[in-house]
Amino acid sequence: MSETLPSALKAASLDQAPPRRSALSTFLVGSLGHGGLMAGAIVLAAIVLIALAAPLVAPHDPYAQNLARRLIPPVWDARGTWDHILGTDKLGRDYLSRLIYGARISLLIGSVTVLISGTIGTAIGVCAGYFGGRVDAVLSYLVTTRLALPVVLVALASAALVGSSLQGVIVVLGLLLWDRFAVVTRAATQQIAGSDYIAAAKAIGCSTPRIVLTEILPNILNPLIVVATLEMAHAILLEAALSFLGLGVQPPLPSWGLMISEGKQYMFFSPWVIAIPAVALVFLVLAINLVGDGLRDVTAPENRN
Amino acid sequence: MLAFTLRRLVVALSVAFTVSVIAFALLHLSGDLAITIAGPEASPAQVEEVRHQYGLDRPLPIQYLDWLWHAAHLDFGNSFFFRESVTALISERMPVTMRLGAIALTLSLVVAVPLGVLAAVYRGTAIDRLALSFCVLGQAIPTFCLGLALIIVFAVNLRWLPVSGTATWQSYVLPSVALGWYAIPAVMRLSRNGMLEVLSQDYIRTARAKGLSPTKVVLKHALRNAIIPVVALAAVQFGFMLGGSIVVEAVFSMHGIGHLAWEAISRNDFPVVQAVVLILAGIYITLTFLADVVNALLDPRMRVA
Repeated sequence: MSETLPSALKAASLDQAPPRRSALSTFLVGSLGHGGLMAGAIVLAAIVLIALAAPLVAPHDPYAQNLARRLIPPVWDARGTWDHILGTDKLGRDYLSRLIYGARISLLIGSVTVLISGTIGTAIGVCAGYFGGRVDAVLSYLVTTRLALPVVLVALASAALVGSSLQGVIVVLGLLLWDRFAVVTRAATQQIAGSDYIAAAKAIGCSTPRIVLTEILPNILNPLIVVATLEMAHAILLEAALSFLGLGVQPPLPSWGLMISEGKQYMFFSPWVIAIPAVALVFLVLAINLVGDGLRDVTAPENRN
Repeated sequence: MLAFTLRRLVVALSVAFTVSVIAFALLHLSGDLAITIAGPEASPAQVEEVRHQYGLDRPLPIQYLDWLWHAAHLDFGNSFFFRESVTALISERMPVTMRLGAIALTLSLVVAVPLGVLAAVYRGTAIDRLALSFCVLGQAIPTFCLGLALIIVFAVNLRWLPVSGTATWQSYVLPSVALGWYAIPAVMRLSRNGMLEVLSQDYIRTARAKGLSPTKVVLKHALRNAIIPVVALAAVQFGFMLGGSIVVEAVFSMHGIGHLAWEAISRNDFPVVQAVVLILAGIYITLTFLADVVNALLDPRMRVA
């Protein structure tokens, strides 16, 4: 990390890792020996599988209401039934089924947001790092400006402007969360921009787009993947917060943040209504963060503390 | 040093300028203001009259400069919903958010810095691993989930603290914990890494060789230097906290500016939203500017930028 960045950029780049390529075998051995990475990967894989197979594994229709069976507690409660393992919500919808379909929303938002923000941030970061000088000054200024905006507030306001919906949330978060991508890819590109192979590519007359695509991008892939993982967790948390505040994903979609918000009025007598989606959210984010931290340790061991 | 300060000041001012354009755009993207102000029952002629009266028929750049002039004098116009001056609304609610942010920051520093120092001193031991796992887990818990959990445990079950509001100092305890929690991992990692770096320096070896007690070496010689980057991070985190307090204020029904902004967004009351965005960004820009200057004062290497 260069000493010259303002603190704002530094704070945003605490988790950045220097680029380093490792052979597939060392990578696999390293991954298998890394407990946190393995645990995170297993939990994450399980959640992804369940989300993909939602129609097969969900015991009920997540949207089917049954007002005669409202707020049934989970099965471990004395009043619970095996028919609704995690109970039902205030409209009598099966909570387990909603939880399973909710995983789809979180994962969809996390991955599409990261695709958008990753593209924007990487473009900005690589250009700033590769061209340097004026380009770098302008683009770094752009990042500083983005960091000055209070992200929750601007996301809420923009979501309200574009209309609160699943697509709206994805677009808003995608256009807001590119800052860390830019900071990390900028630093990574700066580190390799002076390398001999870049100079060689220039000398044999490669075009700039070609150098960026075939020389720079593959060599900053490791830190990029780490940031993408951590930013995915960030996007999922922000979506949950927006939906909790009523300006994200709208009912009747089973977003976990929305489930917590809908359960808030019942939490004094039926705390499980908010505890179940909250635990699911923590598990998903924890798993993604463990994978991200683990990948950083494995791909850039010199950066391990 | 003066050149450095001036350069940073220019950047800070231009970022503030860009943010003001964004805040202005936010209001004008929220719909036809003349219709919003005139109300739903107004006839087209009345709408035109409002448009003229409020100067909304002037070119946008003129309207922007006019708005900026007033904003610079802390006049943000009137709220559409509250029918009150935005400045009065904000100054009435600012103390709650400031108090919340200050307590939360203090709490997170009091927890995170000693934890980071301990983790560095006992590097690689169970204490270190415990502190790092605490960080990973901490980052995975969404602020609003933590807030609701704190309410259920400490306010509802144990009845130690109030559920919501801002009536007494006790009301600030749970919200501050929920808000401060989020900053702990970043501060802890930074103080741990800073401490590790300082502890490997020659003068620490000298201090040890002189026969100083380990406690004295750590607290008197090492901590002083390790704490410098934490000061800058703390300033940045305070800015983030003011922005993030919107979620905490919503959970605990505290009437600070976060809550105000949330209400305003839900009611399409964009003059208020605009002002809050501008003020929070302004505070953040000021804090990061000050942090950069203080850092450069303490560490001359920073002044090169």
